[in-house]
Amino acid sequence: MKLLTLNFLTCAVKSCKSSSDSFPLHPKDAELASDDVEVNPELLVNLLPRLDWKALKTTSTELGFPQLPDSPPTVEELQADEKLLRDLHSLLMETNLMEGKLVCGVCGHEYAVREGIPNFLLPSHLV
Amino acid sequence: MEYLIRFSQSHETFRLPELQALAVLEGIDIEVISYSLDSPFCIIRLLPPSSPSSPSSLSDPTTLARKLIRRSILAMSIHELWGHGPDLASVHTAVQTSTPALWPQYLECSFKFTLDSYQGSRSSDQKIALINSFSYLGFLGPIKMRSPDQEFTLHELWPFNSTPLGIPEPSHLYFTRYLGSSLRDHLPKKLDLKKRRYISTTSMDAELALITANIALAAPGKLFYDPFCGTGSFPIAVAEFGAVALGSDIDGRSIRGDEKKRTLKGNFEQYGLLGRLGGTFTADLTNSPIRKTALGTPGDGVRGRVFDGIVCDPPYGVREGLMVLGVRDPEKTPWVERKGREMYKQADFIPPRKPYGFLAMLDDILQFAAQTLVDNGRVAFWMPTANDEEQEMPVPSHPYLETLSVSTQVFNKWSRRLICYRRIPDKDVDPAAVKAREERKLVGKTADELNPFRKAYFEGFQTPPATGTSTPAPVTETPPPN
Repeated sequence: MKLLTLNFLTCAVKSCKSSSDSFPLHPKDAELASDDVEVNPELLVNLLPRLDWKALKTTSTELGFPQLPDSPPTVEELQADEKLLRDLHSLLMETNLMEGKLVCGVCGHEYAVREGIPNFLLPSHLV
Repeated sequence: MEYLIRFSQSHETFRLPELQALAVLEGIDIEVISYSLDSPFCIIRLLPPSSPSSPSSLSDPTTLARKLIRRSILAMSIHELWGHGPDLASVHTAVQTSTPALWPQYLECSFKFTLDSYQGSRSSDQKIALINSFSYLGFLGPIKMRSPDQEFTLHELWPFNSTPLGIPEPSHLYFTRYLGSSLRDHLPKKLDLKKRRYISTTSMDAELALITANIALAAPGKLFYDPFCGTGSFPIAVAEFGAVALGSDIDGRSIRGDEKKRTLKGNFEQYGLLGRLGGTFTADLTNSPIRKTALGTPGDGVRGRVFDGIVCDPPYGVREGLMVLGVRDPEKTPWVERKGREMYKQADFIPPRKPYGFLAMLDDILQFAAQTLVDNGRVAFWMPTANDEEQEMPVPSHPYLETLSVSTQVFNKWSRRLICYRRIPDKDVDPAAVKAREERKLVGKTADELNPFRKAYFEGFQTPPATGTSTPAPVTETPPPN
């Protein structure tokens, strides 16, 4: 799973959704892998307003990536800044979460990630 | 100038929705002048761009015409229409009156003439005579059968069954200059299920998956999602058109496959699309981990929403059970939940599932789409229905979604439809429709109660007892539904 996807995932438990701490999920014992993917500026520009920047910054710090700026760049800034574009691309599109767990900050539920595929199925008492 | 689109005579009800979607995608305004489900020939006109800033204002019409069908699956080619009519004489009159100004530019180039007879045939002598009847064009260039500079075609539309009926002449003819082809000849072949590493019984046919991706406007720079991805037919199709795809399924095994080569990821690898596989996860749409905001939250139509498109073929509950997380009867089987509480942290725990209503699920898909699509984003999904009008299932609706097209693939006793919707910007949503939606609820418990299609399918699609015949009709020989 590319780290891009992590920015769109929250805890599946309904009662957690109302709390802002359920997002982003926190990687635990994470094993990462890196792919070579062609840079796609169009995609990054298109997704920029949809990314939750604060969550992205949290994820990137937790996984030991270089600090992102505190506030998101504007579309124009992103287009002009090749290094930022490259860094974002490498973080969102080239980094894959392969093994580990994703932990909810509210209920503490741990979603197992195996071979890059997280499992969000819940036992019946949490549905 | 008018243009002739040569369609494939298959999946007829999908052809115009696909063409119109491609027009939206390329920013080209078109007007359909003549179109019939029974004919592979469609005449269109390109309209002047609605705004001077639209990309179509920069290109010449020939380039636009080529762009319009370049990624089509159901259109085969597009041609400049020089003349048409119910018989050869009227075609000649049209060509001689309206196109002489065009002739000089093709005087010296290499060229060839072809005859395209639909539902009819001509002997080679007749073919030569037909082609020679255009000798007044006066082309002097060399005739090249392989990659000529220009290709001129006489298209003939013959009535159905004309050879056995001995009908001597076609009912309509078109004379055209070839402009460009679509992807029809190679893309469905490239993604053919027969050559795909990993498929299952319900994998969507490559051609229909690509058409779905076109209708939903999959394109470079976009993010798409399939909540019932199975072995990945739709994610592959949207990725082929340049989008980044996410997929999930309640059954993680369908994504993992054999955990070696035969996996969803392996399919992306096979086609060289791995860079566009955003991610896959095991999840249930009714308890989805995708973040969403409540409908009606103020915003700019993009922020807080995630996807440009959602495409899926949900399980119909016939071949594949329709399940969501939960316990069917928690009071009767309290131990199921108790066991879950004790065991759920173990790696091999499999959460219990319960049957779910087909209509409720379609409603969930629409609600999910309304919450997660950006403004004007599209959701396209497949649903089955009986062919009998009395048992036909209505097209589901949602106040935040505009129904754009309904296309039908007909089998023996049942059909499946591809329905496409557009996410309406919040300000254009009808508040009365939103209120009406909140006031109704869907109920039911068993698979049949929950799924009118499943019930009708296993009862052989009989019309309710009016005449008194009760022998169950054998269920269809066509492929069973999902």
